[in-house]
Amino acid sequence: MTGPDRIAVLGAGHVGPVIARLAIKAGYPVAIATSGDPEDIALIAELMIPGAQPRWASDAVAGADIVVLAIPLHRFGEIDPGLLRGKLVVDAMNYWPASEGTLQAFEHGGSSEIVARLLTGSTGSTVVKALNHIGYHELEDRARPPGDPDRRALGVAGDDAAAVATIAGLADRIGYDPVRLDGLRAGRVLEPGGPVFGAVLPLAEFERAVRQDARSLA
Amino acid sequence: MTYAFGLDTFGDRNADTDGKPLSHAQTIRNVVDEGVFAEQAGVDFFGIGEHHTGYFPMPAGDVALAAIAARTERIRLGSAVTVLSSDDPVRVFQRYSTLNAISSGRAEVILGRGSSIESFPLFGYDLADYEELFEEKAALFAELLKGGPVTWAGKTRAPLFNQDVVPHTESGPFPVWIGVGGNPQSVIRAARLGFSLALAIIGGPPARFAAYSQLFQRALEKFGRPPLPVLVHSPGHVAASDEQAKAEFWPRWREIITLIAPERGFAIPAEEDFDRETGPHGALYVGSPETVAQKIATNLRALDATRFDLKYGMPGLTHEQLMTNIELYGSKVIPRVRELLG
Repeated sequence: MTGPDRIAVLGAGHVGPVIARLAIKAGYPVAIATSGDPEDIALIAELMIPGAQPRWASDAVAGADIVVLAIPLHRFGEIDPGLLRGKLVVDAMNYWPASEGTLQAFEHGGSSEIVARLLTGSTGSTVVKALNHIGYHELEDRARPPGDPDRRALGVAGDDAAAVATIAGLADRIGYDPVRLDGLRAGRVLEPGGPVFGAVLPLAEFERAVRQDARSLA
Repeated sequence: MTYAFGLDTFGDRNADTDGKPLSHAQTIRNVVDEGVFAEQAGVDFFGIGEHHTGYFPMPAGDVALAAIAARTERIRLGSAVTVLSSDDPVRVFQRYSTLNAISSGRAEVILGRGSSIESFPLFGYDLADYEELFEEKAALFAELLKGGPVTWAGKTRAPLFNQDVVPHTESGPFPVWIGVGGNPQSVIRAARLGFSLALAIIGGPPARFAAYSQLFQRALEKFGRPPLPVLVHSPGHVAASDEQAKAEFWPRWREIITLIAPERGFAIPAEEDFDRETGPHGALYVGSPETVAQKIATNLRALDATRFDLKYGMPGLTHEQLMTNIELYGSKVIPRVRELLG
């Protein structure tokens, strides 16, 4: 295809609008959707995400190359896996019991591995874990162009190298040094309780923190 | 434009001058004295946020507010915030309409989640149900606020049929705000229900909230409601000089952020983070009266807000430090902000 990848952001809460704004600024066409009527988020799109198209979720996804999941994890089950068939899915969600309660389905293993199992088996979508470990209130403020001495790192983990490369490119264009982690399992270092969750680290420090963490060696 | 200036506390547990924690009971008595002193210092509003922890031992702020009401004449009194999702809207209405009676019409309520989640397991609620609980209970609260018999059915409490909920208020609904920390859909909800907007800005650049304020007014228009005020709630500490305020506040702030970091997803703050947050583009109002006043004036303008509530104190500060903060806020900061805003 020609032109930049088209992005659908699912979720218009804390996180979705921030990711949508960064992607628009980086030159991506962006649609945003919730579980409901796009009319309900029309004002949010107009005032807070200028340039984003509010759509029904099914329309947003159908017209997208990359789908970003920016919804609370406990609502993931409401998404029809068939909707995401064949898509490159960025899992920006977190399993964070201390903040959002316990979910039995996510008690064991990395949350993106579980998301991938629930999606890929039936639909062949490709899951990449990214955009989950820097807080929504900082993600925009800390973005910097390439070469800026104050640039920070963003982890990108996945089992499919081509998909990881695509999302690493996205991370770079929105203002972060991508750190590719080989496998969704290795992406557990990006989760709550991990060494880089909530931290906004320069590349060298990020790589050191990830290397020293037992989770990445498991 | 009429501006108002408040102080909020979470019942931050005091320490004595040697750093030894005071009892929960003494901390609560100190909060009552601080609220009374806030009126004397010229503060317009005193708010108490619901918390259920050893460092914020303040689960029943309405009781403390009632004690303050009995010793004051003018200052407005309210929650900051009431965790409505894990409470019963009927009881919240009853407690605050009782406070409204005691204070002769000075009660307010800010509904929200605040930063506290400990009330969910304590009262047997599932955090995953947060949204549904809040949506339904806030809608019921709006009905209760209208006065008159209420008929209501939902999933989160027993139904009401033509129920007269007492005590009635003397002069219509008291002010109700919805506290929003960064979710634009919560802004839309506040507008839909006709509640005012309280922006809780506790980290990062305050200017990014300007769009929320604009979104709120546009949403009110869309729902056919008249304009409603926006308030800003942020943490801070005022002392004689910038150096003294930072020296007193920084170790206490680092301590509390370190403590809540795991549940909130914060990194342990370094001193450079503190400097960024206390600087002109950060969320903390820590410094001399002039520094704090300049920052308040700048952000009220930027966010098109008409009230600023300073969340004063931190666990481990002394009652005397808090009284100095209140004195400086009332006598120096507030008049200076009014002057700056013309």
